[in-house]
Amino acid sequence: MINYLFDPAHWSGADGIPTLIGEHLIYSLIALAIAAVIAVPLGIYIGVTGKGVFMIAGLANALRALPSVGLLILLVLLISPAFPSKMGYILPSLIVLVLLAVPPILTNTYAGVRAVDAAAVDAARGMGFRTMKILTDVQLPCSLPLMLSGVRSALLQIISTATIAAYISLGGLGRLLIDGKAQNDYSQMVAGAVLVALLALFFDQLLAFITRRVVSPGLTRRTVKATLPSGEVIPSETAKTPTAV
Amino acid sequence: MIRFESITKAYPDGTVAVNGLDLEAPTGKLTILVGPSGCGKTTSLRMINRLIEPTSGTIYLDDQPTSGMDAALLRRRIGYVIQHAGLFPHRTIVDNIATMPLLLGESRQKARHRALELMERVGLPETFANRYPWQLSGGQQQRVGVARALASDPAFMLMDEPFSAVDPVVRAQLQEEFLRLQREIGKTIIMVTHDIDEALKLGDQVAVMRVGGKLAQMATPSELLTSPADEFVADFVGRDRGYRSLGFTAAAGSVAVGEEWTVQLGASAAEAQAKATGAWVLVVDAGRRPLGWAQPEQVHGELRKEHLNLSGTSAQASGTMRQLLDAALSSPSRRGVVVNEHGELLGTVTATDVVKAIEAEPHLETAR
Repeated sequence: MINYLFDPAHWSGADGIPTLIGEHLIYSLIALAIAAVIAVPLGIYIGVTGKGVFMIAGLANALRALPSVGLLILLVLLISPAFPSKMGYILPSLIVLVLLAVPPILTNTYAGVRAVDAAAVDAARGMGFRTMKILTDVQLPCSLPLMLSGVRSALLQIISTATIAAYISLGGLGRLLIDGKAQNDYSQMVAGAVLVALLALFFDQLLAFITRRVVSPGLTRRTVKATLPSGEVIPSETAKTPTAV
Repeated sequence: MIRFESITKAYPDGTVAVNGLDLEAPTGKLTILVGPSGCGKTTSLRMINRLIEPTSGTIYLDDQPTSGMDAALLRRRIGYVIQHAGLFPHRTIVDNIATMPLLLGESRQKARHRALELMERVGLPETFANRYPWQLSGGQQQRVGVARALASDPAFMLMDEPFSAVDPVVRAQLQEEFLRLQREIGKTIIMVTHDIDEALKLGDQVAVMRVGGKLAQMATPSELLTSPADEFVADFVGRDRGYRSLGFTAAAGSVAVGEEWTVQLGASAAEAQAKATGAWVLVVDAGRRPLGWAQPEQVHGELRKEHLNLSGTSAQASGTMRQLLDAALSSPSRRGVVVNEHGELLGTVTATDVVKAIEAEPHLETAR
């Protein structure tokens, strides 16, 4: 496996590792973006209005139990005749990945919005916030931690599942697995698996980092270095002790 | 002034939360809505800033009907304080308090400045400015809630059980501070509570509501205690209303204060014995502030701190009959300690003296 990964011949060309990683990422990120565009607004809507809660339990769980390979082949059979060229294969792959990514994002967005302190929302409305401002200034920032954790688990699933695109002769790191199996080249298969795992870990950490940057410390209960309005820094010992009573 | 004119709130399922309510909350006064749960007090409050729309009737804010106003703009004119404070968890304390000024279009700098001013006003140290709500106790969060409502300097305030989510000691402290604050700022306030003691303590006038959303009685606290309109009000106000109504009767001058001999810590047993009246002698500090009572017969050598009995309360001469009577009843010598406004001893009273003064005054004058 080590030999495979460090062989320069595998790092160039149309089926070199960089190309495969690139393809893998493109499928993954497009799928994630589409899933987010569907699931985030829907989750917010259901969370805020309380309408369609049954969808969360029913649809989300049903989608989770989806056999991805089976669905992929079914979709190829249905869709590819209608499209010339590679599109007939790309579209089914994306659909499968999107269907996988929607449930975690949808349920977490919904749960995030539901979990926003009702008293904070009531206070905002009582102070004269209009509905849209309550959403943008209170409900969304407060539901961000859960929402982002949904995106994080969706991306993990997408990256690991995007290997199936290779089943239907598309690129991505799945190629190493499929081709390796076909050629009984186990080092190639292991290299593929390791690369997928590394990619997933990398993006997981990236999203964790982004989460830390965009989520208010007031929500994660992280202690920040407290400063006086004058700019003077308070020693962390006093700053982080939540006062009793 | 906030005025309810035959306000009714009925829900589609037939429940009537508020039924034909007429009520007037005068400018600069604290009006309290009190009643058992289900009496429609919170519903009434939330109809003022139109978080709930009345089924019929009109609410006037300084003689303007609220029904024609833009609800969001109406709410921005009214401070709003709720039970669990409802602070924004993702914003710092100073940003929470600056919410209203920012909403009304103040610059960030001005809003922050105003917020810091208010923190001081409600007794929050400046070091809290950049903390987040979770780092504060319930009582501190409620102070932030009050500061946030005051930040836009609204003429009106609505408070929904503002002090009921904190423990009794903190609650009493918040109530005292709030009374002091209201004396300075004189807002037109309507507050909802289920706690009759809180209502009697804080209210300039109290509206007692009964289940079904009807007004049972609207009166000053002392009127409620001395002449409840009906059995429901009498029951709700409580069993010891006779004693509690003394809390609204000024003591000033009507009770004779007797002279009391005193000793200081360090006095000898013999001196304490000589100064004692009956079994007890009153101990004061060098500034004649009462420290407690002592029994000379238990003192060997000199009088020390551990000889003091601290059970007695002390009453200010300018206080109420209730404080005087309590001072007498709680004192181990049965002589109640009376002090001036600086806490210096004036003398003592007995329960008999206080009761005589009460009996001599059939027409009770109220302290407020």
